[in-house]
Amino acid sequence: MTPDARRAVLRQSVSVAVATGLYGISFGALSVVAGLSTTQTMALSLLMFSGGSQFAFIGVIGAGGAAGAAVATAGLLGARNGLYGPQVTPLLAAHGWRKPLAAQLTIDESTAVATAQSDPAAGRLGFWWTGVGVFVMWNLFTLLGAVLGDALGDPRTYGLDAAAAAAFLALVWPRLADGVARLVAGAAVAVALALTPFTPAGVPVLLAAVVAIVVGLVTPQEETSEPA
Amino acid sequence: MSPTATWLAVIAGSAVVFALKLVGHLVPDHWLAKPRVARTAALVTVALLSALVAVQAATIGRHLVADARLPALAVAAVALMLRAPFIVVVVLAAGTAALLRALGMS
Repeated sequence: MTPDARRAVLRQSVSVAVATGLYGISFGALSVVAGLSTTQTMALSLLMFSGGSQFAFIGVIGAGGAAGAAVATAGLLGARNGLYGPQVTPLLAAHGWRKPLAAQLTIDESTAVATAQSDPAAGRLGFWWTGVGVFVMWNLFTLLGAVLGDALGDPRTYGLDAAAAAAFLALVWPRLADGVARLVAGAAVAVALALTPFTPAGVPVLLAAVVAIVVGLVTPQEETSEPA
Repeated sequence: MSPTATWLAVIAGSAVVFALKLVGHLVPDHWLAKPRVARTAALVTVALLSALVAVQAATIGRHLVADARLPALAVAAVALMLRAPFIVVVVLAAGTAALLRALGMS
């Protein structure tokens, strides 16, 4: 990897870590409002470490839901992290104590940056830098949010929600050069949006993966390199 | 919920979410070496991230919503077609949404 290529990966990792981390303020503030202590809030960001799962978890607790429902909802939103494993494991070749560490850092952001790179070394670098970067920023800002409350106001005011969507679009973009991948992406978007009104949070994205599994298993190998 | 019950939920929820992450890493190497499996894993990631973009840009809870996020995402897509660097794409999207909201869009 050239120093320039390395710098590009690091720049991408740091941008994603900062943009995602800032959302930690919202999480920390909302978690305390939902009735969790600062310590419990920090435990979620350190141990659960999966934004979607954490917001869903405090949502259930805040609404007066049962502990079991909170755990189940968090699991539903976290299930997609399990589907990222088979993609990042061969890239990382992590063994021993690095394996659980890599697992804990396997989230949307680290997977997206890792798979956006064109060679394995860059992918590995992107995974670790983004994973560790998001972990540090997310926890730092969670603490800030829990202690200070929503002092900075709604992140939507700064367009941070749009920034998150744009970041994932940019990260998946290089993969869409492939015709079959483009087809799968389009179908996944349609499935997720169509299911949103009818299924619990987390399910639409999870079921969009079924499209990919079907296409991946039924299309012959040669077709992937041909434009759709 | 009592503090103890909340703690139990926090620990149990974290354990479940970690177990789900770990399962994905325990798929045997020789199995992942099969081209069909590797290709399917790659397509699954594309599908999950694409669906995530859609859900993040066009839904609130169980509702489909068209607000400042959609034009912001369109600006990002144009920037990507013009081969703009990653950080420029992200900042343009944030700026577009922030501007539209300052002008009164939801």
